[in-house]
Amino acid sequence: MNVLLEAKRLSVTFETSNGPVHAVKDVDLTIEKGTTVGLVGESGCGKSTLGRAILRLLPENARVNGSVLFNGLDLAILSSKEMRDIRGRNIAMIFQDPMTRLNPLMRIRDHFVETIRAHDPTVRPEEAVERALKVLADVRVPADRMSMYPHELSGGMRQRIMIALCLLFKPALLIADEPTTALDVILEAQILQLLQSIMHEYDMAVLLITHNLGLVAEFADRVAVMYAGRIAEEGATVPLFREPRHPYTQGLLRSVIDLDTMKLYSVPGAPPSLLGESVGCPFVPRCEKRMAVCETVFPEIRLVGEDRRKVACHLY
Amino acid sequence: MAVGDARGRATILGRFVGRPAGRLFAHFLRESKSAAGIIVWIGIGIVLAIIFMAILAPFLAPFDPNTKVANPETPPGGAFVMGVDRSGQDVLSRIIWGARIPLAIIAVATTISLAIGLPMGLLSGFVGGRLDRILVLVMDSIYAFPGLLLAIVIAAIIGRGVLNISVAIAIVYIPTYFRVIRNHVSQVKQEPYVEAAIALGMPRRRVIMRYVLPNVAQSIPVIFSVNAADSVLTEAGLTFLGLGLPPGIPDWGFDISLNWQRFEASWWATFYPGLFILILTTALTFVGEGLNDILNPLLRKRDLKATVEA
Repeated sequence: MNVLLEAKRLSVTFETSNGPVHAVKDVDLTIEKGTTVGLVGESGCGKSTLGRAILRLLPENARVNGSVLFNGLDLAILSSKEMRDIRGRNIAMIFQDPMTRLNPLMRIRDHFVETIRAHDPTVRPEEAVERALKVLADVRVPADRMSMYPHELSGGMRQRIMIALCLLFKPALLIADEPTTALDVILEAQILQLLQSIMHEYDMAVLLITHNLGLVAEFADRVAVMYAGRIAEEGATVPLFREPRHPYTQGLLRSVIDLDTMKLYSVPGAPPSLLGESVGCPFVPRCEKRMAVCETVFPEIRLVGEDRRKVACHLY
Repeated sequence: MAVGDARGRATILGRFVGRPAGRLFAHFLRESKSAAGIIVWIGIGIVLAIIFMAILAPFLAPFDPNTKVANPETPPGGAFVMGVDRSGQDVLSRIIWGARIPLAIIAVATTISLAIGLPMGLLSGFVGGRLDRILVLVMDSIYAFPGLLLAIVIAAIIGRGVLNISVAIAIVYIPTYFRVIRNHVSQVKQEPYVEAAIALGMPRRRVIMRYVLPNVAQSIPVIFSVNAADSVLTEAGLTFLGLGLPPGIPDWGFDISLNWQRFEASWWATFYPGLFILILTTALTFVGEGLNDILNPLLRKRDLKATVEA
């Protein structure tokens, strides 16, 4: 086992005028070198916050506890300059909305030049452009796009360019925060295939944050299911999809349209508010298998069965 | 067609004035046939005319501005187009020479306040937190004073002279730059492309200079011209009160203060300097308001374009 990134009891709390919001709570997450981990959950469950917490991209009112070890290095204790060096060079991140991720007043070429020179000011702009062109070829973007402004490019093109910007320094980990949500299905497949081929080419691990279970089934080696800021279940993709243990995972997997009956299941109720403290299991109000103990005792996540499967549920 | 055209211009101009400025200017050229564009051109035309008048004063002025050339209070007519004031000096000559001081003071003052207000606004808006709160508090307390009153106090403390007056006026207008830039920056800071740049490891200074500044730059020409218009009035007010300049230097505000008590006997000596203050202020306001109409829709149009493409 070759651990690249290990989050230990990672918590993120936002201080708001209504009180503290526990967006991420006591999350343990391990990403091995060159593998893809899918992080799934409904909107607002804290999956994007978790991704940003790794790169320390959270707003000022966020309080982070626990540790994130990257190659054994605790990211939380790095100075902001050291962290800046990690960003883009060792860990990169692509986002949901490629339309607005490029500076509208800067040519594509200058995005590359700025990014390269941010990490290595000695590189001359011409060299930077050469390096950029190599990466652009890897993401199948024609070279003439370099002299264009972002508004002249389509969403798919812009996302490829964002990916290319992330690949410049061959990072060991790419955090992909819903990279295809804003794109149509055809583009989605293209971008994901691109990501996968690049992953192998660059020997890069990916944290794929998404609410799309289909994507995860196809691309992820392991899956972590998040609910109300916590990991509900975590395990290798195929066994987890075959035999989900946590009632929430079971509900989530049933929430995909069944072509035989043409019926769409939905998990009843709505996710709980993350404001303030809570007791018991956060899933209790929506759970079909709830027991008395669930109301009062929080189920700590623990190893259940094979493939290092972990479940946070009193049933096991 | 029009868009492609402007892009070509932007590229050529970009080499000379930097790309964002080039794009803004190209956009301005494209808009120059609209109502707002015409207003800007009229304003620029008048301001340029007054600048040339000031530069060419030795050749344009028919008389020496500080010499008695006729009987005091000779009405307009003949050799004295705008009449003669109570000291027997030619009003037209004094107006032509008197353009120099306001223009110099406005140029120096607005440049100083830009040079201080812009970086402070950038820093305050981007860094946020305690620094931001302190700077906003300081700037708001300066802003709370009526401009002329504050300028009077500062001018009284640091004394007379063109440079001193400029500094006094500059201090009055620093908060306008600061406020507009700071608010715009705190908005642009939230843009996804700024977060993306940080996620790629961009140092804070580069983020501010390359990602934030160009995207707030469109506010600058507007504040610049509006402030310039306002500072003409402040300058005239200061010199009218006798706080600004050593005596003997022709200046519009100063000339009004010399002659207004004799308004009924010789209205021309007060009216014409006042008219020129009005013309210069109006011209600068035209530039500012017109630019505001042209440059600020730029943002809205860009957003619209992005939505259509998406």
